[in-house]
Amino acid sequence: MKSFEYTITDPVGIHARPAGILVKEIKKYASTVTVSKGDKAVNALKLMALMGMGIKQGDTVKVTIDGADEDTAAAAIEAFFKANL
Amino acid sequence: MILIQGKGVSNGVAIGPLYFYQRAKATITRYEVEDADAEWNRFKDAQQKAIDQLGELAEKAREEAGDEAALLFETHQMMAEDMEYEEAIQSAIQDMKLNAEAAVTDTAAQFAEMFAAMDDPYFQARAADVKDVSARIIAALTGVVQGGINSPVPVVLAADDLAPSETVQLDKSKILGFVTEGGSGSSHTAILARTMGIPAIIGVGDQLKPEYEGKEVIIDGGTGNVTIDADEDAKAHLLKKMEEQKKMREMLELLKGQPNETLDGQKIKVYCNIGGPDDVPAVLSNDAGGVGLFRSEFLYLNCDDFPSEEIQFAAYKKVLSDMGGKEVVIRTLDIGADKQIGYFNLPKEENPALGNRALRICLNRPEIFHTQLRALFRASAFGKLGIMFPMVTSVWEVKEAKKMCDRVREELTKEGIPFSEDVEIGIMIETPAAVLMSDRLAKEVDFFSCGTNDLTQYTLACDRQNADLGRFYNPHHPAVLRALKIVCDNAHKNGVWVGICGELGADLALTETFLSIGIDELSVSPRSVLPLRQKIRETDVSKVKEKVLADLLSDENTI
Repeated sequence: MKSFEYTITDPVGIHARPAGILVKEIKKYASTVTVSKGDKAVNALKLMALMGMGIKQGDTVKVTIDGADEDTAAAAIEAFFKANL
Repeated sequence: MILIQGKGVSNGVAIGPLYFYQRAKATITRYEVEDADAEWNRFKDAQQKAIDQLGELAEKAREEAGDEAALLFETHQMMAEDMEYEEAIQSAIQDMKLNAEAAVTDTAAQFAEMFAAMDDPYFQARAADVKDVSARIIAALTGVVQGGINSPVPVVLAADDLAPSETVQLDKSKILGFVTEGGSGSSHTAILARTMGIPAIIGVGDQLKPEYEGKEVIIDGGTGNVTIDADEDAKAHLLKKMEEQKKMREMLELLKGQPNETLDGQKIKVYCNIGGPDDVPAVLSNDAGGVGLFRSEFLYLNCDDFPSEEIQFAAYKKVLSDMGGKEVVIRTLDIGADKQIGYFNLPKEENPALGNRALRICLNRPEIFHTQLRALFRASAFGKLGIMFPMVTSVWEVKEAKKMCDRVREELTKEGIPFSEDVEIGIMIETPAAVLMSDRLAKEVDFFSCGTNDLTQYTLACDRQNADLGRFYNPHHPAVLRALKIVCDNAHKNGVWVGICGELGADLALTETFLSIGIDELSVSPRSVLPLRQKIRETDVSKVKEKVLADLLSDENTI
């Protein structure tokens, strides 16, 4: 299992557009990706659940990647967060 | 002749047959299914159809209005294929044996409620998207074709209100204007109408009756008047207005994208005065360079209690983000005098215009000011912000207000909240004291903005609300114009820019004067931007400057 922490810089937070692209990105991998903030955690494949967390600019989220291809997936997903969120 | 009064949200006059938007009203029946797997497949087919339609709509929107417009449909597409949404529907069909229509309806309601309950306005607005997506899937399930306009000639389109997916599917060549029963100035219909440059009137309520369908209607977006079966006089008057507006619009349209530059190459900024985030589309559609005065009072006037930091932050941030990096000058609280608010509990005064108002209230009650400054600095991270203090008379007031700004910056730094380091600080020049002290005040600030309504009132000692004083209240009075020149000279000696944000800024009779004394910015209502630009572009300052300046000093010019 791999994980990283990231502080959101996008002014609107994790909104529909990047969340949607994130889902597409994750679908490329076999690993299960979980995004958590505080004690709330969701499967990042679930767009509306992810949006429902209301993650805002300045919030720090923990992203966990678990599965056979977790090494490549973790690197790609961390890069995605940095570029889009 | 039938007259209906609504609220005009997009200017112009249009004439044509009234046509009610045909919306497929699918009534959802709810029943138990025997073969849940077959029902699930029915859903999957409808979902795929909706996804395909949304893809086509995104392409159409991209061609018509660019990437930004396509985004809405791409977002809808993602929602339609979302795993979380799909799982909720699957459970309703397979576990509860619900028919697909009912399963989608229930799931839509559940997610819409979740979004509506969130505290961020962006996420709250997503509730409408979930409903819109679900309606599309239900339409695919029931085999209903999305509604539209089935008319051989262009029409004035009437509707209760239109959803974003409905507005984009409309055949634009068939629409002369809009009349809606509900809606707001920032509804999709209003925005579409302004973008298309056709009139729109909203909020006519139930005055618009279905039996008017097909009747000739004239709508005037400027006045909000809807005239059905107009008599000859009314019709002639409105047609003349339509013709004049058309000519005017064509002429002004050519000015968009042109610089505010005189014939001899002097440039001046033309910005807009606004009262809230709803006014921003008009600022942009009139090609203004920024916002020179955002009156923050609306936040206080629309509340029953002091607006919280969050409410203020959201409004300021929205304007700054929507302006896309163009400068936005926000004026801090300016109440008192003619603008009173109950919950401030201000005692009644003998002379409210000379009383506890604007910056004076803020300095007397720093907790109110502190909340507003925090919201402003937090919003500064989202664009180019200027903060402006109204009703200044002394240098110490500005120093004290700036100290408050320093305190807020320190707090935010400690809390790790981002803000911009480049916020400009300015003051309104609207009292004779500020004019006479402008050389000293200029050392404290980045800009001045002259509020000519109050400056006239205070300079001429003349109540602007007293109707009997009409001829004494003269904003063209040389005392007012000389005051502007003193301010300009003192500002420029100190590297400070000067704007005018009072009504005088749009007075084309004074444009030459403003250019001659070297005003750097004029902030006017959005619809005045292009006429003002035209006047600026026709002016040759080198030819008029000498006379204008001589007139200011002349003994004969004592109006």
